[in-house]
Amino acid sequence: MRILLVDDEEELVSALAERLQLRGITADWATSGRQALELAHRQTYDVAVIDLKMPGISGVELKKQLVAGFPGLRFIFMSGHGSLSTFESGIGEAGHADYFLLKPVDINQLLGRISELLATSHQGH
Amino acid sequence: MNRWPLKKPLFWDQGASGADNDRPHFDFRRIWKRAVVLMLCVALLPLLALAWFDYRVTGQYSENEIVLRTDRLVSNTKRTVAFFLEERQAALQFVVREYGFADLNDDRRLAGILANLSGSIGGFTDLGLFNAAGRQIRYIGPYALKDRDYRDEPWFREVVAAGSHVSDVYLGFREEPHMVIAVKREKEDGSFFVLRATLNTVWFNEQLAHIRESSFGDSFLVNLEGVIQTPTLNHGEVLDRFPLAIPPYAEDTRVVTVQDRQGRELVMGYAYIPGSPFILLAIGEKAELLRPWISTRVMVVLFLAGAVLLIVLVTLGVATNLVGDIYRADRERATALREAARANKLASLGRLAAGVAHEINNPLAIINEKAGLLADLLTRAGKEPPPKEKLLSQLESIHRAVARCSGITRRLLGFARPGEIKLEQVELAEVVREVLEFHGKEAAHRNIIVGVEIDSELPALSSDRNKLQQVFLNLVGNAFAAMEDGGHLYITGSRPDPEHLLITVTDDGCGIAEADLKKVFEPFFSTKSKEEGTGLGLFVTYGLVRELQGRIRVESMAGAGTRFFITLPLRSKENAETGEEHHADFTG
Repeated sequence: MRILLVDDEEELVSALAERLQLRGITADWATSGRQALELAHRQTYDVAVIDLKMPGISGVELKKQLVAGFPGLRFIFMSGHGSLSTFESGIGEAGHADYFLLKPVDINQLLGRISELLATSHQGH
Repeated sequence: MNRWPLKKPLFWDQGASGADNDRPHFDFRRIWKRAVVLMLCVALLPLLALAWFDYRVTGQYSENEIVLRTDRLVSNTKRTVAFFLEERQAALQFVVREYGFADLNDDRRLAGILANLSGSIGGFTDLGLFNAAGRQIRYIGPYALKDRDYRDEPWFREVVAAGSHVSDVYLGFREEPHMVIAVKREKEDGSFFVLRATLNTVWFNEQLAHIRESSFGDSFLVNLEGVIQTPTLNHGEVLDRFPLAIPPYAEDTRVVTVQDRQGRELVMGYAYIPGSPFILLAIGEKAELLRPWISTRVMVVLFLAGAVLLIVLVTLGVATNLVGDIYRADRERATALREAARANKLASLGRLAAGVAHEINNPLAIINEKAGLLADLLTRAGKEPPPKEKLLSQLESIHRAVARCSGITRRLLGFARPGEIKLEQVELAEVVREVLEFHGKEAAHRNIIVGVEIDSELPALSSDRNKLQQVFLNLVGNAFAAMEDGGHLYITGSRPDPEHLLITVTDDGCGIAEADLKKVFEPFFSTKSKEEGTGLGLFVTYGLVRELQGRIRVESMAGAGTRFFITLPLRSKENAETGEEHHADFTG
């Protein structure tokens, strides 16, 4: 099980990766969409946790590109700009089983969502 | 004076005073004064000019009329008097030619002739016959004058020399004023005789009284020496000397203006009566003669005064009401503008608060993760305690994130300060930086390039920081709303002249259609939907810039972008001169 974390705040994304690793989950992190795409080409990930608003390639745009290249990948969006409308636009384009988490994120909630996604993903396969 | 404060209109004392944001846009007292002066000029000048013109024309006309009337009266009277004398002279000539000395030298005959003359042409008192030696040899009349010697009397010498004579009025032997007509006739033996008639002066007096009845004044005869010949009203007795100068000889009637001894102006008409020693005088006091005209004048002046009073009252009333209405409308407008500014400020504060809440979530998330990691390291890292440096670096991260949070809240607090008006030294670059900080994240997310080029030599301007912030918040907010992702915003500050600051805010967003360009500063004009905008942003911005005593205009092209130009004075005038009227033109 591999998780890809994408957020333009390096301190946030690195700390989150380390905490997941302490819980036995392999997590890589990227601070931009471009970096995330590079990582995704090198490694296969099960779930991508993406910040919605990032300079350069935005979260929604990044998800589109990842969906196109890696159909099995599941997505969780994070955002400090929490609102129902952004959440709905995220869901609308990603189909089922996507989640939207408001920053600051509770790690247990994130773990719960990841395991839910992996469960549905394995059922689907 | 006591009533004035009661009636003093509202606007009188509130012309140019008042707080900075509450100052009326017009000096109402000045508008009122100007309206009153203009209206009074327009209404009164033609009226007064007409009245003056009428005064001059009718005055001239009246004087001419007096001259004409005098001339006519004097001419008529002169003809009558001259005809009377000529007629009697001709009658006597006829008598001496028709009858010889022998016929006339007979009391009965002479009495018959006098009776005939009195019965036909009239005016005779007595009749006398004189021999060449000047003795009155026959006399018919009321006085006992027969056989008197007239040899040395002036009239006798005159008639001997000239053949006929009309005397002036004199006392003679009868000691009573009278006048005589005498004619001489040569006899066959070479000697001569004289027939003399005394004329009745009552007739003259009646003729002259006729002039007086026509309300002209005084009229009488004087002789060439200036001795009064007929009764006068107030110029002396008969045979007194006439008190004024005798006018020079003229063939026809003349009218002159003279002054009497009291300095009063007199109109004097005169005529020398031909074939006699008489001058006919008609004298009237000018003021008296002009009295009908003057009484008309008094009526006109009273009417004029009434009209002027009415016009002044109506003008004052109308001007006061009109300016009062304008004043009230302006006050209402100012209140509306204040309300709009408050609504706009609340709206932008709301927008800022939302932005800040988003922005503050990132450092909070970092604190959350770092604190979580610290806990994880202490509880989950296994037997070996985690290295101290690792723990400390997490704590430093937390401190940095807290500093970020406090920076954001402090920035917001700087904007949320209550809007009291105060002038302070403001650095333009600082205000622009503060405002742009709020949009920094959005610019980054939307890949909007923001360029700021503010002349580093620019002095601090004396202005109201809050208002300046609000102006930039509105303009930058609008620019961000107008631009697509990847747009460009460019802000410059320069000093075109020593007194002013020029600020431009340029974006390459959707621009403003030419038809809308004239309306952008109007209230409630918005191209945004109702949920997005109040339509007050640019209206309030316009009002704020004007309150900062600056000017704002806009250039735009649909699809290409928009540029706002703001000119601000470097030194805000605390007491803006009252004369300056801010014309609220929304033409951009």
